[in-house]
Amino acid sequence: MNIRAVSSAVRTWPLSLGQRGVLPNVYDVGLFICIAAVFAAIAHAGREIEAPLARLDLAPVTLEIRHLPDYALRTTLRMFAAILVSLAFTFVVAPLAAKSRKAALVIVPALDVLQSVPVLGFLTFTVIFFMRLFPGRQLGIECAAIFAIFTSQAWNMTFSFYQSLRTLPRDLDEVSRHFRLSAWLRFWRLEVPFAAPGLIWNTMMSMSGSWFFVVASEAITVGDTTVKLPGIGSWLAVAIDERNVQAVVVAVLAMGAVIFAYDQLLFRPIVAWADKFRFEQTAAQQRPKSWMYDIVRRTRLVRRLVRPLGQLIARLPLATAQPRRRRPLPAGLARAADLLWLLLVVCVLAYALREIVDYVAAALNWTDVTTVVWLGFLTLIRVVVLILLASLIWVPIGVWIGLRPVVAERVQPIAQFLAAFPANVLFPIAVVAIVAFRLSPNFWLSPLMVLGTQWYILFNVIAGASAFPTDLREASTLFRLRPWQWWREVMLPAILPYYVTGALTASGGSWNASIVAEVSSWGDTKLQAAGIGSYIAQASEVADYHRVVLGVAVMSVYVVVVNRLLWRPLYTYAERRTRLD
Amino acid sequence: MDAMQTAALLQIDALRHVYPSGDAPDRVILDDVGFTLRTHEIVALLGRSGCGKSTLLRIIAGLMSPSAGAVRIDGHPVDGPSGDVAMVFQSFALFPWLTVLENVELGLEAQGVPPAVRHKRALAAIDLIGLDGFETAFPKELSGGMRQRVGLARALVVHPKLLLMDEPFSALDVLTAETLRTDLIDLWCEGRMPIGSILMVTHNIEEAVLMCDRILVFSSNPGRIVADIKVNLPQPRARLDPEFRQRVDDIYGLMTARPTGRPSRDGLFPGTGIAMVLPRVSTNVLSGLMETLAAEPYHGQADLPALAAHLQMEIDDLFPVAETLQLLRFADMAEGDIRLTEAAQRFVKAELDERKKLFAQHLTAYVPLAAHIKRVLDDRQSHRAPASRFRDELEDHMSEELAVNTLRAVVSWARYGEVFAYDEDTDVFSLDNPG
Repeated sequence: MNIRAVSSAVRTWPLSLGQRGVLPNVYDVGLFICIAAVFAAIAHAGREIEAPLARLDLAPVTLEIRHLPDYALRTTLRMFAAILVSLAFTFVVAPLAAKSRKAALVIVPALDVLQSVPVLGFLTFTVIFFMRLFPGRQLGIECAAIFAIFTSQAWNMTFSFYQSLRTLPRDLDEVSRHFRLSAWLRFWRLEVPFAAPGLIWNTMMSMSGSWFFVVASEAITVGDTTVKLPGIGSWLAVAIDERNVQAVVVAVLAMGAVIFAYDQLLFRPIVAWADKFRFEQTAAQQRPKSWMYDIVRRTRLVRRLVRPLGQLIARLPLATAQPRRRRPLPAGLARAADLLWLLLVVCVLAYALREIVDYVAAALNWTDVTTVVWLGFLTLIRVVVLILLASLIWVPIGVWIGLRPVVAERVQPIAQFLAAFPANVLFPIAVVAIVAFRLSPNFWLSPLMVLGTQWYILFNVIAGASAFPTDLREASTLFRLRPWQWWREVMLPAILPYYVTGALTASGGSWNASIVAEVSSWGDTKLQAAGIGSYIAQASEVADYHRVVLGVAVMSVYVVVVNRLLWRPLYTYAERRTRLD
Repeated sequence: MDAMQTAALLQIDALRHVYPSGDAPDRVILDDVGFTLRTHEIVALLGRSGCGKSTLLRIIAGLMSPSAGAVRIDGHPVDGPSGDVAMVFQSFALFPWLTVLENVELGLEAQGVPPAVRHKRALAAIDLIGLDGFETAFPKELSGGMRQRVGLARALVVHPKLLLMDEPFSALDVLTAETLRTDLIDLWCEGRMPIGSILMVTHNIEEAVLMCDRILVFSSNPGRIVADIKVNLPQPRARLDPEFRQRVDDIYGLMTARPTGRPSRDGLFPGTGIAMVLPRVSTNVLSGLMETLAAEPYHGQADLPALAAHLQMEIDDLFPVAETLQLLRFADMAEGDIRLTEAAQRFVKAELDERKKLFAQHLTAYVPLAAHIKRVLDDRQSHRAPASRFRDELEDHMSEELAVNTLRAVVSWARYGEVFAYDEDTDVFSLDNPG
């Protein structure tokens, strides 16, 4: 052994605090102020949550601008609480599904359905549950709201983590087994880092998507009483009731500010930091940038304080706990156990299905079912036509942008911001316009469904066109293809996998949006389009749970069938035929 | 000779491993493998891809359990990964989000070694393997050679009794690989590596002769040890040394030898008749090799090691091509030599159309599967048949993956010879000529 190695080992261990000083630098001070502000905000909100429910009556949500920062803060904290719950759910459920075949048998299809099913319809059930859990306190309603937000965030995050766990690189898996990493160490050294980029992306998507539900979940009606939790959603609800256009605009601006703030202060830095978890072995040409991340990296004290946290992972007794080796069951026995489990699952499902049918049948008959199926069909037509229209508009624009890297670099963040923006905030404006011009709500309420989801098509197409190889582009230019031929034989196949991903997300989101979009109100004016979304919305308003269950069940069937019959095959085809490697 | 040198570090007896493959007969990967490895030995497992040598390495590492037979390290049976062995991977298998130092420390971290000791040992290993100054680099910042050094350091730092290496140099370019080999041998000869023995898997004959004390030659399908060769040349060894060349030639001869008592062309590929597992070799490569052999300086006959060196092909690349030529009766192989047949000489001189005709003749005459598909298409009125039919037929005899590959091989040859056509969209064979 080399003497220098030993001496350098002594020199750098233990993390010699005196080496480059612990004195905080200017970046430390800045970051410290930020952290202190966050803690103060949480403490403030926490005190209010503990308050009894009656206080909400004493201090109802009002459209006073001085309250707006507080409302924005409460809404934001609610969303982050939900994200934390979603992450915890992800870290428990996804590994369970990935490691146990039996669990996967149940969890994976469940996630697939939950991902594309309108959870909004169940809000009323959960509110009652949480209010009983914390009687007479705001905490109950808060939990219900957070739960509603959670149900809009968790599934795609869990699914992404599950898929990463299933596609762990074989050699790294072998290394971890070979060096006998404990389950704990393996989780933090291999599984979480490998899944990080996908999980972070999905967390951001979830955060964007859940704005939609915040607006709906803060102003909750249970039977005769309506509770409005302090937040932007309630502000908006009050503004709509009072027909206050100015307040709506202010809410829109406030939301924009909040989205911009957490994007810059939290998500950009995380994305920049997570770049090191990308699995490609080659250095990337374009690394995500974030000024906030640069500041954090320049801090001295904070970095020193944070580093031991990473080492703590290996310090815990869990880190070296060796799993007991389980002998695999003999093949025959294992198959029998699988069958038994499958049988059990089928039985439980059959029982649940019977319960649902019984429950629905108690109050409704076949005419109701055919009505709902017909309404679902109407909504299906809306979704299909709107996705087609959105594609006709955004595919050419997306391709144009994607082929111009300079433009793409500027437009991409804007498209992502627009996707994050809750489109339902703009609904009142649409209602005003429809009423003013005496338009048909059946037709003109429909575009609201894709208002928020069309951006997925745009930025996926941009990504696809940007990834189109230069040599193929040059070849197609040299052959002087006619425009139609160029689209048909070059560009459309090239962006197909990206487009399918975008359109799939957009159509799933549109189904969910229909519950809010097919019924819109402005003060006393209430517009309604015939469709399954308005059916569910109305049923939950009058607390007709039989109809809610029926509506949600039928919509779920529609969504799952469309996914299986259209998007899944299209995706497989795109993957097989137009992959560029 | 002291006691240490005769002590058996690794002992393998009657090892057998099969992949269950559904309805088809189980595929035997390893059959009756047994050998002993002593302390202070470097041993190579030499064989072609698919001979199960990597599987064997994983069984020894405790990552897989064999279907039958026993593996003992230091007398203790292996029933899972243990601290006694460490492995170096072909793909390096480094964690891209950990620095060089963190990667090297990983194994120690798992053992619960206290941070101070861990750090010290990792730095020592990094220093030993020549990575000084790269401690804080991330793997993606390093060249392939440097990455594999990290892989080596990570294995050495746990002080294993046995170091396993799975084709450690095959993902590197020629120059880098050679540097790494010599560095490793130098460290080994100077006794600076904290390990007992090395067992390496390779398909590179020269690499095995250059580095190892013993070479275990594996046959394919199923993997069996066909020879146990001692290489008692002194280190450092020179590739141009006549004795060295002789060893290499001998092993080539051994690996091209046919099992006696069989017709020369059976047993080239596993399976018989239409169930023969065929390699996917491009017709460009086939005609390229024929042209090379027909031209200067070979005049139709070549020594395989020399040819491999000239073409810069490893045996894994060269053997499937040569054997396909042999199957098609365009070449003969024996005792490390390859010789073009008279048909091949005609092929080389011919124009494209005539080449295609000749190739088609040989394809339908000597590749039973091609003949079978052609016959079925001829017999049918529509001259069309779904490919799935033949795939199912093949799957009765081999795994799904092999069936798909075999069919693809035949399709590409048939397309070149214009024997029959295949439409991927509909997955149908036909006699249509797309013009």
